[in-house]
Amino acid sequence: MALRAVTRLACGALRTNPRLQCSSVSTNFVRCMSSIEAPKPKRRQTVTMIPGDGIGPELMVTVKEVFSAAGVPVDFDEIFASEVQSGKSESVETVVASCKENLICLKGIISSPLSSHVSILHTLNMQIRRELDLFANVVLIRSLPGFVTRHNNLDFVIIRESTEGEYSSLEHESVEGVVESLKIITRANSERIAKFAFDYATKHGRKKVTAVHKANIMKLADGLFLESCANVSKFYPKIEFDSMIIDNTCMQLVSNPYQFDVMVMPNLYGNIVDNLAAGLVGGAGVVPGESFSEDVAVFEPGARHAAAEMAGRDQANPTGMLLCAANMLSHMNLGYYSSLIRNAVEKTIKAGKVRTRDMGGYATRSQFTMEVIKNLNY
Amino acid sequence: MIPGDGIGPEISESVQQIFAAAEVPLTWETVDVTPVKGPDGLFHIPQKAIDSVNKNTVGLKGPLATPIGKGHKSLNLALRKEFNLYANVRPCKSVEGYDTPYKDVDLVTIRENTEGEYSGIEHLIVDGVVQSIKLITENASRRVAEFAFNYAKANGRHRVTAVHKANIMRLSDGLFLRCCREVAEKNKDIKFEEMYLDTVCLNMVQDPTKFDVLVMPNLYGDILSDLCAGLIGGLGITPSGNIGEGGAIFESVHGTAPDIAGEDKANPTALLLSSVMMLRYLNLGSYANRIERAAFETLREGKVLTGDLGGKSKCSEYTAEICRKVQIIDDSD
Repeated sequence: MALRAVTRLACGALRTNPRLQCSSVSTNFVRCMSSIEAPKPKRRQTVTMIPGDGIGPELMVTVKEVFSAAGVPVDFDEIFASEVQSGKSESVETVVASCKENLICLKGIISSPLSSHVSILHTLNMQIRRELDLFANVVLIRSLPGFVTRHNNLDFVIIRESTEGEYSSLEHESVEGVVESLKIITRANSERIAKFAFDYATKHGRKKVTAVHKANIMKLADGLFLESCANVSKFYPKIEFDSMIIDNTCMQLVSNPYQFDVMVMPNLYGNIVDNLAAGLVGGAGVVPGESFSEDVAVFEPGARHAAAEMAGRDQANPTGMLLCAANMLSHMNLGYYSSLIRNAVEKTIKAGKVRTRDMGGYATRSQFTMEVIKNLNY
Repeated sequence: MIPGDGIGPEISESVQQIFAAAEVPLTWETVDVTPVKGPDGLFHIPQKAIDSVNKNTVGLKGPLATPIGKGHKSLNLALRKEFNLYANVRPCKSVEGYDTPYKDVDLVTIRENTEGEYSGIEHLIVDGVVQSIKLITENASRRVAEFAFNYAKANGRHRVTAVHKANIMRLSDGLFLRCCREVAEKNKDIKFEEMYLDTVCLNMVQDPTKFDVLVMPNLYGDILSDLCAGLIGGLGITPSGNIGEGGAIFESVHGTAPDIAGEDKANPTALLLSSVMMLRYLNLGSYANRIERAAFETLREGKVLTGDLGGKSKCSEYTAEICRKVQIIDDSD
């Protein structure tokens, strides 16, 4: 009884102050309480929606269908942004303005073509990320109950610095046939991501943070990253800290992935490990991810593939996007709806009757969507 | 022969024994590459080692230790630069008898070995800001692409995949990709495809049998070759060769395992399989086949295995078993 009262109190406080949305401790508290009984909020909220390229728009249709079936009190401010179809795309400013106003965004994948009309070196994704200062990307690797892969019962988190490193887009051709590409590592950004990782570990009750690097070769750059992580780790004596070289990390991930808990790394390694780990639990279609700046949170699939070859064929797997949406709802303190949707997705997968092709089934995206809606347990 | 550090001397000894048992017509010249302090105050590879490799053009190398984040340059890197070993080749093939969750892996990673992220050019611009330069040149990219296609032809493989990240690093990886495309144009008998690094990682752990020969810049090669080694059971059973213009060094790529050094527990398989690659490079294919068969048979039977492969045998017992097999195969032929 007392607990219930506290939950109500916490939700009440958060409802009156929308700026207080990402107080993760209370979010988590609400998340775990919500499975018992969480109050239904009354106020509607607006979030930015960027469908992106490839299968993105289809996945958003699924999200909207499920949201309306579940009666989620969320409205979408839908913005089309694309680098492939740059003519139709809204400007970066519009996207950024909307995200800054709503503070929360649900995003598909904007694919980055090899060359672009919009900008020479920066991809659209990078521009948005940089404008919003989305410095931390979190990918949640968790095996889905009932879906058997080579490695089961995995549960770890990959945290990736996403503003600098190899993605600095500083490149030049010094002489004909010789290109230099700069990788930038700064102490400020390295410490910021390290702090984020340790805070994340603390809030989510995780035990260990592993810094992934290549400091044996890039002694200065990755050396600085590693040193920053080690310095920050001293402020968190309760959390174990260790480090691992990127190539060994990849090897360990395929041979013994159970040893990892929270991993933190620079940009490019994050890209590699995200995808590798996504492959371990079932592919690009099932892994949710999220990006944070100091105030904005963007929820997007963990492995970034627009899957253009699948677009329009009703074959996409909406699992990852629905889990993103569920994570977004719990971030918004809509714990009731978050667990409603999460449970429906998990139930659908566990039952194993309706699965999309990438999970070895024959169902279409719309069939899968219908099944999830059927499994919504109000 | 460069025995290396840690378990290096033991496993080199074991390879030499097996070679003797197979009566391979080779003589060994052992050199030490522990760096010596030069007149300029920097550490260098001893001249004797350089001379030896230059003279013989072929070397077999055990593991060398590189201290992390310390002053002196990686010795592995120095050797590669010194002898201009531009391509690193690592065949990864599932070993029968040593089960992993991944079956029927059979692929080769070819990695550009001289430039890219490992150019060793880094500066501290202001306090707290470091820039590290990744260098991609047309010459080196074309050279490794040509090597990849030639390797594919010579080893009866059908497909070459260029691994890149040219959607992000549009100029540098773009240049690498362009060189691969140009070389592919000239080698139409081999299928060519290109794939993003992240897509390769994703597909690799889902279905590694999709891949054949992969060619890529330095860092990606480092990561993917270790990843592939992980698929088949680790670096302890993965051979590796560094091919240069004037010579080649074959090596085992695992660590120096200082904790078990001198205890006769080390696993010499990787170095042995590397030496098999070396024999093939020297056109001593019949010896190579015999040693390889003996090694794989021993692994398949699973009776005499070292600790890291789940057995209880010592390095010397494992070596003796392979020596015995080599001679039996010899007799039956």
